[in-house]
Amino acid sequence: MEPILQIQNLTHTYSAGTPFQRSAVEDVSFSVSPGEFLGVIGHTGSGKSTLIQHLNGLLKPTSGRVLLEGKDIWAEPKKIRDVRFRVGLVFQYPEHQLFEETVYKDISFGPSNMGKAGEELDRCVREAARIAGVRDEHLEKSPFELSGGQKRRVALAGVLAMEPEVLVLDEPTAGLDPAGRENLMANIQDYHRLRGGTVILVSHSMDEIARNADRILVLKNAHILMDGTPAQVFARAEELLGAGLDVPQITRVAMALAKRGVPVDPAVYTPEDLERQLLALGKGGAPC
Amino acid sequence: MLKDITLGQFFPGDTVAHRLDPRTKILLVLFYIVALFMAKDLFSYGLLALTLAVCVRISRVGLKALVRGLRPILFIIVFTAVLNLFFTPAEAYLLEWGPLRISAAGIHSAFFMVLRIMMLIMGTFLMTYTTSPISLTDGLERLMNGLKRFRVPVHELAMMMSIALRFIPTLIEETDKIMSAQKARGADFESGNLLEKARALLPILVPLFISAFRRADELATAMECRCYHGGEGRTRLHVLQYQRRDAAALILGAAVMAAVIVLGRFGL
Repeated sequence: MEPILQIQNLTHTYSAGTPFQRSAVEDVSFSVSPGEFLGVIGHTGSGKSTLIQHLNGLLKPTSGRVLLEGKDIWAEPKKIRDVRFRVGLVFQYPEHQLFEETVYKDISFGPSNMGKAGEELDRCVREAARIAGVRDEHLEKSPFELSGGQKRRVALAGVLAMEPEVLVLDEPTAGLDPAGRENLMANIQDYHRLRGGTVILVSHSMDEIARNADRILVLKNAHILMDGTPAQVFARAEELLGAGLDVPQITRVAMALAKRGVPVDPAVYTPEDLERQLLALGKGGAPC
Repeated sequence: MLKDITLGQFFPGDTVAHRLDPRTKILLVLFYIVALFMAKDLFSYGLLALTLAVCVRISRVGLKALVRGLRPILFIIVFTAVLNLFFTPAEAYLLEWGPLRISAAGIHSAFFMVLRIMMLIMGTFLMTYTTSPISLTDGLERLMNGLKRFRVPVHELAMMMSIALRFIPTLIEETDKIMSAQKARGADFESGNLLEKARALLPILVPLFISAFRRADELATAMECRCYHGGEGRTRLHVLQYQRRDAAALILGAAVMAAVIVLGRFGL
């Protein structure tokens, strides 16, 4: 299948020519297939946020290219807005960007910038609100009356309403309580499954990434450290820990078990997998 | 991008220019400004330009950064140049074109006016580039200490200034972030007429104001939690003290200013 997004030798240097010069992303290449759920992890300052702002043309690469369905997004700089409608980007703490009088108007900001109006606009707004879990009675309220978690959903709906082919999320659950995190991730998974949309999720919660992503990209110091399925990435758990990154809690449990001589695969990354392995052990009559 | 605005930005370093007492630097800049306005002939300007060049060299601030600081006031520079060039009254004109007349005096005053503004900006920027905002306000507070007798709220002014300076980069960063977020939703800040452009700013200004108020609230709470109660009886961690290099710098600075004033009075 032809990749929907291709990133080729992307480098981005901030403040070139001043004492503050530094490369946030250096020679990074990867591609994303349609319908994929890609997780991106890395430390603060590893270049995650800089990288994703290249995907919809908010930042222009210092060198390298970003291709959307095989076409360089900077081939026609005047049409960069069209790229932004096709690759929806939800920033960190997106609730800080709400500005309209009502939730409904705020969600419709994106699609009306696309030129949508009338029934089509209404459909986009209501559908996005439904997917993002914004309740109907909230639509006519001021976004500033809502709680933090509800504001976040409104902001997510604001991007979903543009019906982008690729949805990029930067730490969507940061600062939410556990129930709020679960809920929001479930909404994002719904969007992924029902719409078949491509999702790129940036997070530094390993558990969140392990549970949701089909493929994981690990960034370290502006470079790609690993790129593979969760099983492949967490098989290198020691390396991840060595790089100062976390592994899912359940992987740590499995690693500790393996160290004590329990014959489990230390690369498991979901509780269900470990449960299955342990049950199989029990049936086999091996000592626990 | 917005981040490139360098107003009041500090470039950390460890040169003599960085280590000088902030009070010394403020006084030197004052000397420099007085001298600039007293300068009348090419020689005085040359002397001041040389002084500036030496200071820039000592401070190791890149010339590029210094020149970039001029960009926001480019309009003022051009405006001044045009005004002086065309509207300086004189007896004889070199060129006449309707109401626009160019005289030798006009060229002369336009040239020196532009030079003066540029050197003024570069000189003051050199100070903010080499002095952290905190020590700058510290120095200002100490210099103005005498005004307390006249009931000038010196401490409050200094505190307000340091908070304002402290939040400039934060607000710029915030604006950048909000702009990016709205651009990601297809906001368009470039096209349209003036009214449309002003309307397009709304999605930036509303969130920016809300976050500024939130920050102010949080800061006030944090200050109260640490028992801030104004300047009364407040002591300092770092007490400013003049060193020998401050005396040397002040003497040199005063000498340059005196030279320029004498030159202006009596000519060469």
